Amino acid sequence: MTELHEPATVGVTAAPGIDPDSAAADAVTPDRLTPRRPRGTTWWAIAWPPLLLGAILVGGWYVVTYVVLDDQRRFLMPPPHAVVSDGFLGESRQGDANISIILHALQRTATVAAIGLVLSIVIGVVLAVLMSQSAKVERAVFPFAVMLQATPILALVPLIGFWFGFSTNPRVIVCVIISLFPIVVNTLFGLQSAERSMHDLFTLQHASRRTRLRKLMFPAGLPAIFAGLRISAGLSVIGAIVGDFFFGQGTPGLGQVLKRATSNAESELLFAAVIVACALGVVVFLFFGWLGRRVTGHWHQPADGT
Amino acid sequence: MAALTFDGIEMVYPDGTRAVADASFSVDRHEFVTVVGPSGCGKSTLLRIASGLLRPTAGRVEIDREHLGYVFQDATLLPWRTVRKNVELLAELRGVPAAERSRLATQAIAMVGLDGFEGHYPRSLSGGMKMRASLARTLTLRPPVLLFDEPFGAVDEITREHLNDQTQALFQAEGFAALFITHSISEAVFMSTRVLVMSARPGRIVNEFAVPFAYPRHPELRFDPEFAALSGAISKDLRGVHV
Repeated sequence: MTELHEPATVGVTAAPGIDPDSAAADAVTPDRLTPRRPRGTTWWAIAWPPLLLGAILVGGWYVVTYVVLDDQRRFLMPPPHAVVSDGFLGESRQGDANISIILHALQRTATVAAIGLVLSIVIGVVLAVLMSQSAKVERAVFPFAVMLQATPILALVPLIGFWFGFSTNPRVIVCVIISLFPIVVNTLFGLQSAERSMHDLFTLQHASRRTRLRKLMFPAGLPAIFAGLRISAGLSVIGAIVGDFFFGQGTPGLGQVLKRATSNAESELLFAAVIVACALGVVVFLFFGWLGRRVTGHWHQPADGT
Repeated sequence: MAALTFDGIEMVYPDGTRAVADASFSVDRHEFVTVVGPSGCGKSTLLRIASGLLRPTAGRVEIDREHLGYVFQDATLLPWRTVRKNVELLAELRGVPAAERSRLATQAIAMVGLDGFEGHYPRSLSGGMKMRASLARTLTLRPPVLLFDEPFGAVDEITREHLNDQTQALFQAEGFAALFITHSISEAVFMSTRVLVMSARPGRIVNEFAVPFAYPRHPELRFDPEFAALSGAISKDLRGVHV
């Protein structure tokens, strides 16, 4: 980051009221505040490396389909154009349009993931705030948060089914379990990230706990909170799909589509569903990245440039 | 009349480190007192004790803590607030109504010459400008006593001299009592009415120099033979206490 230079004529005798012209002459060019891409580069210059790699991967896919696999085993990896024509635009064995199956499932999965994520945010932020206010609470909660994170979700899914049934609620619970930890950890880290001297500043004005939380710890923590949110949002999508995969009741989501396509050996539909699931995760990731930049971008510049 | 009095202050940290030993001195109203000493000698500890951020293990401080300005080592600006919002912060924390707050901020920003930068975020300011914003924030409360904790240590030499000029001018205009911590002798002599020399840890005040030059002081004063002689004497003293 470029820095402004100290105006050269900060007056000796002028204070109060140092010559304002000398200061204004050094005015900051505002476009430096949002350097999304270097000036003068085109969209193409940014996009060609991933597009090239993508083309190579699709080429590799065709090679596997037509060179590595023989006719009998080609269903293991149908070619990309067949995924589009049969997977997305074709019909299932029951005669339903695949695209409508996929879109309904997508809507269902996105809804479950969103509910799960909202619950995770509420629970996670409340927990993190409590932990930030008391070292005892932090010490008490932290090991269990780690345990929850360390337990493979697949081990919990059957239990959740026994306890809560196989419909919507357990799917949401899977989402919460899988997406809670990053929110707790990142929010707590964020709340604790304000420098000591900033805390001193508030202490010297006798700021209350609430004021300190609202005006110092929370804004200081926002970049970390959004980093956690972005991770958790992706995890919540995975949770919704995993939950759906195991809990068959109610409207099917992407998990059920994956499962059915697998057992029916409808590999084009399977690939199409995988692509849609992946796209949902990517969209969610990009959305929260964008949201984070909207909220903190004017003052915070992430070190990793994302 | 003393604005700030240390009486037999001693500070021993829980780990047994003896940071300050038997510090007794006072800063009168309209006096600019600077403490110089080797790094790690407990100079900053004195300020934390004066402000009440730290409780001394022995001794007594007399100071009006309700009306106290503290200028930190780093600018300590909240990066999510604009210059104006940062300058308003202290008044805001004290519950000053918005209109009055805004008036105080405008005034303080003008005092440090940051007019035109009210809408900027700290990250687009240079180190010196950040420090001036920090100074402006402290000035909004018009504190009769100002504590400076090595505030200009991180900026380059030229900027530092500008900031010294400015601080000295503000001292002239505002008439606060200042306790300033630094390890730059020329900074100390240029701004102060009195310079105290602190020994290495455990810090104690070992000598005291009155600075005779009249205010306002001009930058050329730094090349005055008398200025050099006084700086030399302080420097010699400091070498004596540096172990």
